[in-house]
Amino acid sequence: MSMYSKKVMEHFLNPRNMGKIDDPDGVGVAGNPVCGDTMTIYIKVKNNRIVDIKFQTFGCAAAIATSSMITELAKGKTIEEAEKITRDNVADALEGLPPIKMHCSNLAADALKAAIEDYKKRRKKK
Amino acid sequence: MEKRIYLDHAATTPLDEEVLQAMLPYFSQKFGNPSSLHSFGSEAHDAIENSRKKVADLIGAKEGEIIFTSGGTESDNLAIRGIAYMNKDKIKEKGPHIITSSIEHPAVLETCRDLEREGFEVKYLKVDRYGFVDLEELKESISKGTFLITVMFANNEIGTIQDIREIGKIARDFGVIFHTDAVQAVGKLDIDVGKLCIDMLSISAHKIYGPKGVGAFFVREGIRLKSIQTGGGHERGLRSGTENVPGIVGLGEACRLAKERMDKDVPHMIKLRDKLIRGVIENIEESYLNGHHEKRLPNNAHFRFTAVEGEALVLSLDQKGIAASTGSACSSKKLQPSHVLLAIGLSPVEAHGSLRLTLGRENTEEEIDYVLDVLPDVVRRLREISPLWRKKL
Repeated sequence: MSMYSKKVMEHFLNPRNMGKIDDPDGVGVAGNPVCGDTMTIYIKVKNNRIVDIKFQTFGCAAAIATSSMITELAKGKTIEEAEKITRDNVADALEGLPPIKMHCSNLAADALKAAIEDYKKRRKKK
Repeated sequence: MEKRIYLDHAATTPLDEEVLQAMLPYFSQKFGNPSSLHSFGSEAHDAIENSRKKVADLIGAKEGEIIFTSGGTESDNLAIRGIAYMNKDKIKEKGPHIITSSIEHPAVLETCRDLEREGFEVKYLKVDRYGFVDLEELKESISKGTFLITVMFANNEIGTIQDIREIGKIARDFGVIFHTDAVQAVGKLDIDVGKLCIDMLSISAHKIYGPKGVGAFFVREGIRLKSIQTGGGHERGLRSGTENVPGIVGLGEACRLAKERMDKDVPHMIKLRDKLIRGVIENIEESYLNGHHEKRLPNNAHFRFTAVEGEALVLSLDQKGIAASTGSACSSKKLQPSHVLLAIGLSPVEAHGSLRLTLGRENTEEEIDYVLDVLPDVVRRLREISPLWRKKL
């Protein structure tokens, strides 16, 4: 497939951290079904650190690969570190994305941020 | 990758070996310019006239009614613009000036949109959930200024075959010229431009086992068009430019073979198509057929799967050696859901979950068995990843 890097195809075909967390500390959703992508990211946080993270994605190969990659990048990081992950970090880790698919990395970054926001909100309530 | 199965014949077909052999001499020994007066010129000239006859024979036209072009897109442009520019004075009259459908190929849709910018009024007919235009709406839309109806013969995505005979009759009754983009239908359906009251028709060679970059255009005797390409006045002044002789020879041969093999090819493709459709619908839950179950192209199977995205499906199948498509090859790199699928009433998410498999004469029953073996697992895997798939697996 000439359109995607080897890394994208590898993550698309063997996505990491796929699925759901049953009692998550934060859940983030991002997406735009009109362009064909919806992502959900679940996080489990212990001592301010993301100890587990999972995703579910409806979307193209790039959407699935970026979801998979962002879970890898965020796993084990502190909340502050994870918050700093940008769409460029995801795209770079995947050895690039076609320009038309750059928005997928945006979605992944947005979904992670939303999950972290959700975690913070839940904590305040406690 | 060992096994490769090609199920994307609506995008393009392999060049037939006989077609290739017919073309080869015209690249080298018989290289003459058909306009030249010497023997080199006349052998090239004879070759294109011979091709013209073969194309005309396939659709029941006269030789003099066939114009060679660079393909389906140019033929569509020539038909629509050629008539529109002859009817510029009609802009003052009450429109719509051109009536088309909302599920046309971009070659027609974008040409119509361009003409709208030039002042013509265009009516885009709605389609029902199978993709059929509403004949009543068509009749009601025709007004004093209407000079062209252009509706595709069969849809390139969902395979729906329009009631061309009825549309042709309506056009004839109202004295409006009728053009049809028959790129997907030629060679698979019986086409007689006389019986069907078709005035203009577009053909592409590479959809019928011919070469890319060449097509034909039928225009009924007596209809005057404005050419869209000026120059030396080739092709009765309608398409200037030295003829693509090897390509035209290839198109002619592809038309001849299509006609000769139709009786064998069509039942073969229908058998495989129906096996494929039955197998998918029965073995994959929440899978649906897009388009009509009977009035569809013999080689077209178009599905949608709940909660699965089309591109992911196509790339997964490619990994298994199966070449398929999400809709039309032209739009596979765009992000917008298909205008055809939206027009038949699918939601954007449903439209994104579609898969087109289009058969050819060389496909076998074993290949379909392999697809039916692989596809359920591919869909299951993508559903496992999908947040839209709420069912327990």
